[in-house]
Amino acid sequence: MSETNVDKKVVENQSEKSTKKFDVGTWFIPIIAVLVAMALAAILIKLQGLNPITAYKSLFKTAFGSIEGLGVTLGKSTPLVLSGLAVAVGLRAGLFNIGAQGQLLSGALAAAWAGVTFEGLPGYIHIPIALIIGAFFGSLVAGISGFLKAYRGVHEVITTIMLNSIVMAVADYLASGKLREPDQFLTRTSEVAESAKLPIYGNLPSGFFLAVVLAISIWWILGRTTSGFRIETVGRNLHAAWYAGIPVKRTVISAMLISGAIAGLGGAVETLGITYRYAPAFNLGLGFDGITIALLGRVHPIGITPGAILIGGMRAGAANMQFDSGVAPELVDLLMALILLLVTAPLITRFFKNSSSKSMTSGWGN
Amino acid sequence: MKMLSKRNGYFLAAILATGFFYFNGSDVTTSVYATGTVFALPLALAAMVGIMCERTGIVNIGIEGTMLISAFVAFFVASLTQNIVIGLIAAIFTGSMMGLVLAVMAVSWRMDQIIAGTIINILATGLTSFLYVQGKTIPNVFQSFEIPLLSKIPFFGPVLFIHGALTFLGLAIILALYVAIYHTTWGLRSRAVGEHPSSADTAGVSVARLRYINVTIAGAVGAIAGAYLALELVGSFERGFIAGKGFTALALMIFGRWNPLGALAAAMFFGLAQAYANQLMIDQIVNIPSQFTAALPYIMTIIVLTISAGKVRPPAAEGQPYEKGQV
Repeated sequence: MSETNVDKKVVENQSEKSTKKFDVGTWFIPIIAVLVAMALAAILIKLQGLNPITAYKSLFKTAFGSIEGLGVTLGKSTPLVLSGLAVAVGLRAGLFNIGAQGQLLSGALAAAWAGVTFEGLPGYIHIPIALIIGAFFGSLVAGISGFLKAYRGVHEVITTIMLNSIVMAVADYLASGKLREPDQFLTRTSEVAESAKLPIYGNLPSGFFLAVVLAISIWWILGRTTSGFRIETVGRNLHAAWYAGIPVKRTVISAMLISGAIAGLGGAVETLGITYRYAPAFNLGLGFDGITIALLGRVHPIGITPGAILIGGMRAGAANMQFDSGVAPELVDLLMALILLLVTAPLITRFFKNSSSKSMTSGWGN
Repeated sequence: MKMLSKRNGYFLAAILATGFFYFNGSDVTTSVYATGTVFALPLALAAMVGIMCERTGIVNIGIEGTMLISAFVAFFVASLTQNIVIGLIAAIFTGSMMGLVLAVMAVSWRMDQIIAGTIINILATGLTSFLYVQGKTIPNVFQSFEIPLLSKIPFFGPVLFIHGALTFLGLAIILALYVAIYHTTWGLRSRAVGEHPSSADTAGVSVARLRYINVTIAGAVGAIAGAYLALELVGSFERGFIAGKGFTALALMIFGRWNPLGALAAAMFFGLAQAYANQLMIDQIVNIPSQFTAALPYIMTIIVLTISAGKVRPPAAEGQPYEKGQV
């Protein structure tokens, strides 16, 4: 009884949201959240005896001040757009995929393997093959969580977190064993073949355009197709979806598969476009950044892109900021945490927009 | 008094049996069990955090973050003041604050509790990695000592009664929580709030107040688990120090069916498995790549959840914000 009331509210709330796509409150909150987070972090920087103004100036000048800087920023943003998109697709289906990290890692390693192994293919075949293999392994990892959620009722938050650590261990093992670059001191895979490297036009990495195109397609799929409608309905109201005859279990699994494929693609793009190889220390944290980015973009496939560019820019400028002002580059992690806290705090949400808080998930599944 | 389910019992019996058959030398067996206890304790304590919260209907996946930030505070305050007791107290304060933050988000703001917990985890990671300083040391750790008489009991003495102060504190908390949940008014009220908040409310129990209290105290318990790692077991702090123990603890809580002793048994099973793996490697009987030993607890967590899912029943009101007057 109470449950159906809540569900009804959620559905009303959501449909209201989808009809008014660009109302001011929705897009105002993330901006305010970013500014407040920066102000709070500035206090901490001040407490360390450093100058926050110098730090922020350096951070943003490096990231957005020049064409070269912008190129680096977009390169850093690419996997973030994709991991944010992966988390968003999960949330749309009512699944909280914290495992984008592990899915991304497996995609990155698989793409590195494909990039080395299929040497000799022309670029227009080699690149798609490597990307698809990356996406496949990402979706394989996510599929485990999806399957366990659908058929065993194991909460995806736990399984995805556990899989993050498992994938990391397996990837480390492979990178330091079978896939290790021969006769090298460092633990890493060999560099991918030239034919597998994503082209860079001027300063603009082509992977970024791929990510944006994918974001637009996902937005279209979720909003305009039957399978998208199924995913959204399952996410809004599981019981209603089941009652309407939507195959809930299959939808949950396919949403996880899509989510994982996008994250895996993110890893593949990172490998083929930026790092050109896999090493255990690469890619750390990209998947977790995706959570913040997805919520910052209000779980909207297109809204994710500006958030990803902002965070990517911060990541790109962090090293220079440390050089100029002495502030540790981990400032970006702190900013992300504060932004996440502020963006989701319904107190602020309520202040700008008169809506009741809704639960995206509850309990341990079912 | 369903302390152990049949299946848990079988698992435990199996591992006990292998232990006795495999390591004929009693010294080795004893040391494996003592190591197992040491590995199990932080997991068991972290599971207590989950139990305290979930029994009142609050899902806490922020245990990992609570432990991380508490271990951080414990280590750096101890390093700053050169006094580990002050470090411990500071950690307990920090942990309670993290609990309070979760309570504010989950109870007052009626936020999605999984997201609230994730925020705590990400916040803890962000703060600790930003404020982390290399090269700090603490003067000493909580040293092991023998409890007179009890430590002389064969096998159980060395396994259970030669430890540092925080291990004993942890074991005491687990036993106290077991008694408190099943045999005190507070426990009865907590369970009622977790199962059917509106009935508890009608009977005059303040749902919000009890949830606030329990989640805050649970934060303090999580802090002790974190401080145990930083000030007794390891004696240092690194970024990403907790390494998934807070999440494994949630699986143990479910495996132990939200019962403190059940969770303790599950944690012992985990701790022993890890101690065995270590011992096998030391004896060079098998050569397991270190990455697989590292991944073992996570793999086991997934397997355990897959087996037990659908067969266990969580507190009924878990994860749902309560609004006065709801049915």
